[in-house]
Amino acid sequence: MFATSNGNGHRRNGNGTRPRGYSAWDLVRHGITGSDWPRAWREHDLRDHYDVVIIGGGVHGLAAAHYLAQNHGITDVAVLDRSWIGGGGSGRNTSILRSNYLTPDGVRFYDRSVKLYEHLAADLNFNVMFSQRGHLTLAHNDASLRTMRWRTEVNKLQGVDSEVIDADEVKKLVPYLDTSSDTRYPILGALYHPPGGIVRHDAVVWGYARAADAHGVHIHQKTEVTGIDVERGRVTGVQTSRGRIATGTVLNATAGWSSLISDMAGVAMPVQTFPLQAAVTEPVKPFLDTVVVSGTLHVYVSQTDRGELVFGASVDPFASYSIRGSLEFSEGIAGHVLELMPALSRMRLLRQWAGLCDMTPDYSPIMGPTEVEGFYVDVGWGTYGFKAGPVSGEAMADCIAAGRPPEIISAFGLDRFLAGRLVGEKGAAAVGH
Amino acid sequence: MMLLPCPWCGPRSATEFRFCGEAGEAGARPDPATATPEQWRRYLYLHANPRGWSTESWYHGSGCRRYFTAERHTLTNEVRSTTAAGGAP
Repeated sequence: MFATSNGNGHRRNGNGTRPRGYSAWDLVRHGITGSDWPRAWREHDLRDHYDVVIIGGGVHGLAAAHYLAQNHGITDVAVLDRSWIGGGGSGRNTSILRSNYLTPDGVRFYDRSVKLYEHLAADLNFNVMFSQRGHLTLAHNDASLRTMRWRTEVNKLQGVDSEVIDADEVKKLVPYLDTSSDTRYPILGALYHPPGGIVRHDAVVWGYARAADAHGVHIHQKTEVTGIDVERGRVTGVQTSRGRIATGTVLNATAGWSSLISDMAGVAMPVQTFPLQAAVTEPVKPFLDTVVVSGTLHVYVSQTDRGELVFGASVDPFASYSIRGSLEFSEGIAGHVLELMPALSRMRLLRQWAGLCDMTPDYSPIMGPTEVEGFYVDVGWGTYGFKAGPVSGEAMADCIAAGRPPEIISAFGLDRFLAGRLVGEKGAAAVGH
Repeated sequence: MMLLPCPWCGPRSATEFRFCGEAGEAGARPDPATATPEQWRRYLYLHANPRGWSTESWYHGSGCRRYFTAERHTLTNEVRSTTAAGGAP
C-alpha cells in the first residue's frame, strides 16, 4: 500500500540512529560545565510527501509515530500540531493512570497501557515519573458498591489487581479522609486498585517526541491542518497552513478537534465536545500518597511530587469549545473536596484550567479505519485519553502497518454504532453520572 | 459567571438551565416502525458538533421550567438570540 520500499514497504527518514541516551554521567558533566543540553527533537522543513501524516502532536499521535518507526520500520512520518506538542489534552489532564474498567475489552486495553507505562521510562530513556501509588474510587451508596463489586470481578478475571475494601481500610490508606457517618455522603467503602497512579504528563509527551525524532520522524509544530484531500474514496493529501503534503495515509489523533478534522475527510463522528476543568493548589508537605476519586461528589484528588494537590471534575454541563475556567467550577470543587477532607479548608487554589473532551455515546474511544481508505482515527477520547496513550500508539501503529485493526482495539471500531455493539464504560470511565 | 437570557425570566445564571442539545429537524426522531439502522444511527449518535454558532434547546429547570431555543457560539459561549417557541425534547 506504500509507494517505495525498503524491505517492508516504507521509506526511512535519515539514518534512524538514536542520539546518545541521557545518563548519570551526563548529569554530572552538564552540572559541572554548565553547558546546554542538546535539543530533544529537531525542526525540519515541511516536505511535500510523507508515507504517513499524523494530525495531533499529543501523546497519542507521538506514540503512534514512535511505534510505527520502532515496531514496523515506518519512519517517513510527519506529526503535525497546530500549536505546540502536548499543548492540548496531553498537557491538560490530571495524569491519573489505571486499568480498573468495567468491560473485558476495556480492562484488557487499559491494562496493556499500564504495563507499557511501567517500562516507559526505560524504553524511552526519559524519566516519566510514574508513581504507582494506588487508586481509590469511593462508594457513597449501595449502587456504587454494587458496580464496584462487578468491576472488581471483571478486573480479576483479566488479571488486574483490584478489590473492594471497607471504610476502615480506606481510613488506614488515607487518614485525612472524613470517614465518619455524619457527613452528607458517608463513605461506605472503595474500589482499591494498587497499580493505579500518576505520571508526569509533559515528560511522556517529550519522551515520545524525542524517541520518534531519533527514528527520523518529522515533528512539525505550528502547522495547522486546513483540509484533507480525498479522491474516489481514498486519501491523497493534507492541506496545511505551511503547504500541501501528498500522502496516502492520515491518522486523526486529535482531541477537541476530532470531529472537525474528520469532517474534512467527509467522515461523520459520533462525538460531542465538552470542556473539563481542573485546578491545582499551592504545594504542601506530602500527606496524600494515593489517588482518591469520588463519583458521587464528581471529584478526583492526587498530590504531585512537588506537593500540589490536583483536582479534577466531570465535564461541564453543556457542549462547548471554550477553555475558559468558571467560578461555578472552583466553588463546586472546593466544596466537594472539603466534604472529603475537611482539614484542607485553609488551602489556596493556585490556578484552574480546562481541556476539551470528545465524548462518545458509550464512553469508549473510536479507533481504526474509516470508510475513507487511508484515513484512520484514534479519537473520542472523552475523559480517559491520557492513560491510554501508549497502548493507543502501539495499536494504531499496528493498524496502519497492517491496514486493519489489531485484536486489542477490534471492539472500538467506528462501525459499532451502526451494528449496535457499544462498549458501555460510563460506569467506570467518568465521575459525572 | 455565564448568563443565559431566558425569554420569560430574563438573564439568569447558566447553572439554572439544562442543555438539551441541538434543536429543530436535525434532532427529530424517526418513525421506529420504518426507520433503517442507518437512520437510527444518525438520530441516536451523529449530531452536529460545530465550533461556531449552534441552535440548541435549553430547559430552565431552576426557574420557569420551560423550554426555549437559543443561538450560542460554542467557542465564546456568546448567546445571540433566544426564542420562546422552542421544541420540547
